[in-house]
Amino acid sequence: MSERRGPIGLSEEQAELLDSATRYCGDKSPVDMVRQLIDDELGHDPAVFAEMAELGWLGIAIPEAYGGAGLELAEVVPVVEQMGRHLMAGPFVSTTLAAQLLLAAGTDAQKSEVLPQLASGTPATIALAEPNADFDPMSAECMAQRDGGELVLAGTKCLVLDVHVARFAIVSLRLDDAPALVLLDGEAIAAASHERETIVDETKRSFRLGLDGVRVPDSALLDTSNVASALERIELAGALLGSAEMCGAGVSCVAYTVSYLNERKQFGRPIGAYQALKHTTVDAHLRIEQARSHVYAAAHTFEKGSDGEIATRMAKASTGPALAFAADRAIQFHGGYGFTYECDAQLYRRNALFGEARFGDAVYHRRKLADLIL
Amino acid sequence: MSRPSKQELAEYRDEASAWFAEHVPPPPGFVMPLTFMEVGTDEQFDFLRAWQSKVYEAGYLGAAWPAKYGGGGLDQAFQDIATEQMRVHGSPIMLNTIGLSWAGPLILDMGTDEERARYIKGILSAEDIWCQGFSEPENGSDLGNAQTRAVRDGDEWVINGTKTWTTHGSYAKYMILLARSIPDAANKYAGLSFFLAPMNVPGVEAVPIRKLTGEYGFTETFFTDARIPADCLMGEEGQGWAVAMRTLEYERSARGGQAGGLMLVAPDHNEVAELAKRARRGGAPAIDDPVVRDKLVEFMIESRGAALSARRASIGPLVQERPMSLPLSGKLMNTELNRRINEFAVSLQGQTGAYYLGDADAVDGGVWQRAYLNSFSATIGGGTSQIQANIIGEHVLGLPKH
Repeated sequence: MSERRGPIGLSEEQAELLDSATRYCGDKSPVDMVRQLIDDELGHDPAVFAEMAELGWLGIAIPEAYGGAGLELAEVVPVVEQMGRHLMAGPFVSTTLAAQLLLAAGTDAQKSEVLPQLASGTPATIALAEPNADFDPMSAECMAQRDGGELVLAGTKCLVLDVHVARFAIVSLRLDDAPALVLLDGEAIAAASHERETIVDETKRSFRLGLDGVRVPDSALLDTSNVASALERIELAGALLGSAEMCGAGVSCVAYTVSYLNERKQFGRPIGAYQALKHTTVDAHLRIEQARSHVYAAAHTFEKGSDGEIATRMAKASTGPALAFAADRAIQFHGGYGFTYECDAQLYRRNALFGEARFGDAVYHRRKLADLIL
Repeated sequence: MSRPSKQELAEYRDEASAWFAEHVPPPPGFVMPLTFMEVGTDEQFDFLRAWQSKVYEAGYLGAAWPAKYGGGGLDQAFQDIATEQMRVHGSPIMLNTIGLSWAGPLILDMGTDEERARYIKGILSAEDIWCQGFSEPENGSDLGNAQTRAVRDGDEWVINGTKTWTTHGSYAKYMILLARSIPDAANKYAGLSFFLAPMNVPGVEAVPIRKLTGEYGFTETFFTDARIPADCLMGEEGQGWAVAMRTLEYERSARGGQAGGLMLVAPDHNEVAELAKRARRGGAPAIDDPVVRDKLVEFMIESRGAALSARRASIGPLVQERPMSLPLSGKLMNTELNRRINEFAVSLQGQTGAYYLGDADAVDGGVWQRAYLNSFSATIGGGTSQIQANIIGEHVLGLPKH
């Protein structure tokens, strides 16, 4: 991979992945499939997920030593962007983030055992959120207590995506009065209680995970010396991929609105001819385009220390509001049809509501940015 | 032309940096225009003309224009470095913007050899100042409806009508002029022709317009039986609209080929952050106020986004769906952002925000107040923001015409 220079750029691998993901996601996730999967309990097509693994996309940012392609999250961004564009469901982002968290804080044994499985398409997830709703990833209140060679877990994680199919889950909690991370395997996940949550974005599957009484061996503990930096990295990785997804959704949302503005006629002409609608739609387009520049800049500089952190927080702070605006206006501009469940505008608006609630909203990131750049 | 090596460029940067460090003039004791549209006094004009001439003689302007017409004959990368060094060293702006950025590239791309030989060097040296005759008092956004008449009479065209918002109208030797030569053409656009018109002929009168800032910088320009040579026509008669649209592409930076050089001093968000450090709120620096901080960060995100988008425009796979989107939206985004940043900068000044240019207690001499009022020149001129939104809506998104 060539060295990444300057504030924005596109590697050859990114360009190739953008090209193949554009075609693949468009093929596999037409909107009637998205609608069909909303009503499906599983929520995604496992065959598609398996195909994405065959394409190597689950291992993009996993080192070659662990069976991955040895690239970076920058190369995952175009794939997630295209998934976002087609509102494509599945545990792709969950599995990628779990792999990144393991890379950041897993023990050698955990990495050797688990990463090759994730690279080849075994679904996994991360369980960081709790009902305290705090964006701070260090705020976990779930507990682990030592009991012989085991840890006994207590408390409830929420907004755990895709745990219904996950074979591994990494949970944040407190141990010995300090933040810690624990790797649950399939057995431990099965021992926890699962309750499907009702979430605003119906294309996703999310669960409350009750940990009370779940036992794992001490070896399930991730490297305790590294928890804070690993959690910060995963917050940023989640923000980056969340931005990519929302940016993709934003491009589609604007295109969806534009097509209605061309078709729908009132007072004898297409409503897109009216400047109240045209100019606002242009504004939505420009905001999404600007956000897309931030997303690719964040991808490009993600591994470059504070430059990467600034770029990533800027990406998340601009993408969420940009998609929210585009989708909010999409509903309005579809008029009465926009108020129906049938109109796709609601899919985009729900995606934005969900995305803003994950890995820090715009205000949270601007607050962090103020301390970084002022 | 082979691409310059990294080492060549680095050496050029060092040379340019040393030259500007040595030659950028100290503050002259009068208000310095931040854009070419803010030149309102003779002393400002003379100062900037001398500076442009000096920069050109040193080889840092038009470095990438053809050597046979007076340019430097180098790769564009060299001029980009020179322009960057002007910014780095706080250089005053280049005066002859209409020549350097609009008329010049137009003449190089579409003009005859003779036109290039006649006009290009004078544009670069600032010996020949150029102005633009597009807008009319009754035809602003509806430029295609321009009514200034051009009537052929032997070896001359006779011009009658009024142009307005003529920047440098009092100083210009030439005007790029859009006028109607075929009043009964099939449609309003087909009746227009484009001229490289001399201003120093009888019947041309440039009357200064006082701007909202209280200063001058534009003229209303009256043509009364003004006779210009027949060979001033650029392109064919009746093709004026296409040539004018091409000119607007240069103006809006949707097309390259400009001479380069520093064209405007935009308020840097870092300067606004500095201002927030000096301003006080409740006994503490304004920059400690969480609301001010949030606003500043928002502006930083926006201005970084604009800079990133400018770079993204050259990354093919990231613009392939709507290739004209970024080139056509730069003007709208940047000018509106500039307006809002200046407005915010004034709002940071607390009670001193009430002062204006010239008062001893005005923050930074009142430049922020003036910059805010002047910022409308760019959101209105060159196609208003609302016209830009129409262009983007119709030509980028494919929305129906209004």
